[in-house]
Amino acid sequence: MTTIMHMNGHDHDILTKVLTAGLRTPVPPALTEEEQWHLEGLQLKRVDRPLIFVGTGSCGQIAGAGETLHAVNAYLQLPGIDAAVEETGCKGYCSMEPMLDIQLPGKARLSFGHVTAGDVPEILDAVLNRTVPENLLLGQYPQDGLENWARVPLVKDLRFFRLQQRHLMERCGMINPRKIEQTLATGGYSAFLKTIFTYRPAQVCDIIDAAGLLGRGGSAFPAGQKWKSAFNTAGNDKYLVCNADDADPGGAISRVLLESDPHLVIEGLAIAAYACGASRAFITISERCGQAINRMQEALLQAAGFGLWGNNIFGSGFDLLISLKITPGAFICGEETALISSLEGKRGMPRFRPPYPTQKGFLGNPTVVNNIETLANVPGIMKHGPAWFKSTGTATSPGTKLVSLYGRTMNTGLVEVPMGITYRDIIYSIGEGIRDQKQLKAIHLGGPMGAFTGISGLDTPLELDSSRDMAEGIGSGSMLVLDEDQCLVDVTRHFMDFLRDESCGKCIPCREGIRQMSLILGSITGKPGKEGAHETLERFKGAMQIEGLGAVIRSTSLCGLGRNAPNTVLSAMKLFREEIEEHIFDRHCKAGICIHLRTFIIDTEKCTGCSACAKKCPAAAIIGSPTQAHFIIASKCTGCGICFETCKFGAISML
Amino acid sequence: MMINIEVNHKQIQARHGETILSALRRNGIDVPTLCHLEELTPTGACRICAVEIEGRQELVTSCSQPVEEWMKIQTHSPRVLEARKTLIELILANHPGDCLYCQKNGNCELQRLAWSLNIRERRFHQNTLPSRIDQSSPALVFEPAKCILCGRCVRICGEVIGVTALEFIYRGQHTAVATTGNKALNLSCCITCGQCIQVCPTAALREKDQTTEIQQVLHNKAVFPVIHYSPALPVSIAETLGFKPGRDMQKHLHAILRNMGFRKVFDTSFAIDFLVNEQIELFLKRLKAKSGLPLISSCCPAWVKHAEQSLPDLLPLLAPLRSPQQIMGRLVKKYLSDQFRLQPHQVISCSLTPCTAKKFEAQREEMMENGTADVDYVITTRELIRLINLNGIDVRRQEEDVPDPPFASGSAAARLYSSTGGVAEAFARALYYKLEGKEMSSPKINKLRSSKETKVFSFTAGGREFGVAAIQSFNSLLPLLEEIKSGKKHIQFIEVMACPGGCVNGGGQALNDDREAWSQRMKTIYELDERDPVRVSAKNPGLLAYYKSTQTEPGSREAASLCQAVFRERKVL
Repeated sequence: MTTIMHMNGHDHDILTKVLTAGLRTPVPPALTEEEQWHLEGLQLKRVDRPLIFVGTGSCGQIAGAGETLHAVNAYLQLPGIDAAVEETGCKGYCSMEPMLDIQLPGKARLSFGHVTAGDVPEILDAVLNRTVPENLLLGQYPQDGLENWARVPLVKDLRFFRLQQRHLMERCGMINPRKIEQTLATGGYSAFLKTIFTYRPAQVCDIIDAAGLLGRGGSAFPAGQKWKSAFNTAGNDKYLVCNADDADPGGAISRVLLESDPHLVIEGLAIAAYACGASRAFITISERCGQAINRMQEALLQAAGFGLWGNNIFGSGFDLLISLKITPGAFICGEETALISSLEGKRGMPRFRPPYPTQKGFLGNPTVVNNIETLANVPGIMKHGPAWFKSTGTATSPGTKLVSLYGRTMNTGLVEVPMGITYRDIIYSIGEGIRDQKQLKAIHLGGPMGAFTGISGLDTPLELDSSRDMAEGIGSGSMLVLDEDQCLVDVTRHFMDFLRDESCGKCIPCREGIRQMSLILGSITGKPGKEGAHETLERFKGAMQIEGLGAVIRSTSLCGLGRNAPNTVLSAMKLFREEIEEHIFDRHCKAGICIHLRTFIIDTEKCTGCSACAKKCPAAAIIGSPTQAHFIIASKCTGCGICFETCKFGAISML
Repeated sequence: MMINIEVNHKQIQARHGETILSALRRNGIDVPTLCHLEELTPTGACRICAVEIEGRQELVTSCSQPVEEWMKIQTHSPRVLEARKTLIELILANHPGDCLYCQKNGNCELQRLAWSLNIRERRFHQNTLPSRIDQSSPALVFEPAKCILCGRCVRICGEVIGVTALEFIYRGQHTAVATTGNKALNLSCCITCGQCIQVCPTAALREKDQTTEIQQVLHNKAVFPVIHYSPALPVSIAETLGFKPGRDMQKHLHAILRNMGFRKVFDTSFAIDFLVNEQIELFLKRLKAKSGLPLISSCCPAWVKHAEQSLPDLLPLLAPLRSPQQIMGRLVKKYLSDQFRLQPHQVISCSLTPCTAKKFEAQREEMMENGTADVDYVITTRELIRLINLNGIDVRRQEEDVPDPPFASGSAAARLYSSTGGVAEAFARALYYKLEGKEMSSPKINKLRSSKETKVFSFTAGGREFGVAAIQSFNSLLPLLEEIKSGKKHIQFIEVMACPGGCVNGGGQALNDDREAWSQRMKTIYELDERDPVRVSAKNPGLLAYYKSTQTEPGSREAASLCQAVFRERKVL
């Protein structure tokens, strides 16, 4: 367990004053000049000596932030260096990790990307001597009262950030998530305290309802209505569950929020609990997210130490007990009834509705399950009001949306965009287009239960709409960008295999139906059996069944997982029928991804007979005498491509 | 409150708060189900009962959805039928298609559904995952390949019996029903009650069939096969043989068994009366010593196994007596080897019961004497039916027959042992008779015949106040003992049986029988009780003659040695 940083008494007094200003009587005295000065330090507006920030979120760590931090610490040990280092979370700019920021006294904060351990001395040497190295520089963050660097672009003008509107991620990567005083000094928890001192729970529900906040977990149910339903259900014990588990492969929303700004989540959770009358709340995090768990644990302890949850919070009479639940991280537990069942200590299996969890949930009590992103929106709404929230986004789905942008774009990461932005803008502006000058083929939205959108759908505005099928929207917020080198059938099969293994196994359509679909896709992308009309016919029959099967799975499955499972296949059938037919009838994968369908041939002219390929072939499919041209036995070849990579003479080519 | 709903363009009446399924069934509209079980919490797992509701995108499972006034329901629209058919086809895709050789052939719910949905081809590729057959239990066979994961066994074992030997494990396509740690059944906490077999729609769970062995024994000249039947049997076979459910077939049964080739046919009621007498002696001893009370019945082997493995602290309270089957087995072997100068191993003692747990009990170590089992084979009601069919016995043309002496008679009280509350009732009658020297003025004890979870009856005998209780489920035992301990209830004898309803609904009874069938059996038993002149165990004429001929009496050392049992803590997973 990591050590908990203890706040000093002086900080505590100042922050208490700031937080409770105007909420309680007697009105506390205004901040003195000295206190104001100190507060600015906590807000990182003023630094006394150079402050170096290293983003050590888990994506940064993977890119090597640990070594970068190590190098920074080593540099600080050098004689004559007077600077400090601060670990921050992640800015969401995955493709730029590891990131390093430097703030000199009186100057704006500078940001660098791709900073490896070897780059550290050079950058620090330059900046500490008040020059800006061009290399690796991203830009600067201007701030009132601080002097901008000359000829350095602003970070918000970078293409990755230009179209983003950072409401939820405002503090992500900017503050140290392990120091609650930095959160508090930058406005954290003020919305929560304002809420419990000025509004009644029903009013909070009304405000959230008026803001039109839709659930961000995928089904887009209005959050205010959900809370009201729980609030209006009779019962003494009510529960709030924050689902903070990114079950989507490729999804990073929960992880980034938990690692970079855990207090925002706690604040949203606390407000929601107050609004629906819950005095017990759970945050569920997958055991796989070690850093997220550690940071949330720390944050909860620090918040409790400040009296922000517990009994009689700040003397308001509101009690809230928050527990962190570490889950095995099953995909199905994104379904609220399955999550509740798993919290109860049972097998994570969904149950039928009605009764809805808001009527009968955790241990039979009214329970609200909210996605982490939904809750993270709440403090902003309570602070600035519903009108402010509605000023962003579209009329039907206001606010911003966190999108995990991954795949083949130049920039990848977690981005926060206003609703209504087109997919094209996300890919070509924020993502800066496709890598290696390739062409975009399709995007896949919403994780395994989502669907493909073709190029014709790129100008669709990003929106949440509960009446729409999950197949048509952003769902939980994953956007996978595929270029011309990708095989859609293979991606589809991959998602179906994922769902086949992640279905809870309770209801027949989901368990058996998905399995059957994955078998059919496997036969389409798999190794050709004995060639003949019969095999092709079987594949064709299988493909013909997919649509009917998909309709039955959709209409009869017990929960959202099953109902949305066929989305990917059905959308692929609609958009890329030709490609699927090519796999079925021609046994050919244009992209060369389905390895079992690849055919390699040796150009006898170019082959020198070095035998290197024959030695490496795992299937012993290459024959030939030394110094003579070699041949590939097609029936033995598995299509692995090792020979292709081995040949130094370019004699092997893929058909 | 009644509300109107529209079903298939017709108005029907539904009760407020009931499920669509229950409204449909009451109105004579048949919707197929697979995972549904009356009286258990619906799970909505199989989706077969899906119906179409106007305005709803997806189909709705009628077993879980409460009716609402506005509903317009289609139960057999093309979309619904297509969905149902596809669901069954999906199940069949990974079901071994060995129906011809299956124990459930002709009696299988999956087969019936496939037939009624007109499935004529295997539309989806067959792809069965490898699985093994678990033969480890002496009573049950579990074949996961035939399991369709409806979860009925899981629910009956956990919710009704209160044992939870079975649970779902793994997820996705690897989901399976299994015991703790996916170990074999004999290592699990399974009590072999067989209720899971009763609810299993396929042959995934079935009893260990011994008809072949029995058939061989019957035609083996070197041995002397005899059979003794439980008093639940005569009332349990009628409906399967084409008679009115619950009809008393005792006299036919004797003839059937004799025709099959059993040399002697005995009535286990004899041993029940024997047991009751011993129980009374034991009880009075404990009452005098003021320890070991309340006395808890031990005639149900499934309950005894449960106590041994899950409630070992209660073992001192259990009557250390064998079940009637085992007493009978020992009596029979002793008697026949004496009378016919046979070696005990030459006598093949078969027991006919509606119970699978007795298969387990018969092979317990302490149920042997000098290496010979007291009971060699235990066959269930289902196996009896198979034997009847195998031997081509026309039940309608059987002459009425009587059992063989000396174990030919039983009291009406012994017959009551077959139904819940009966053990307590027989005990109360016997205790009253013992202490007062006469029968109760009204031996029919209605308080022990209700369907209540915990049944209690108090009476005065010998100037003392006594209380007996019978419980329906293991789950009620600990709360009851708590109440007795705190003095809230004055009870000295508790009857515990594993199966809900008692042996009339035993795990070895004919399949697919509903509550109606076993309440009919219970009814017949109560009717027979009214007509029987011998209503207390101590007055069983055969038993009295036995005591006289062997110069023993209830509680004597010889009698006690015949029915003594030792229960020890049993370690299971």
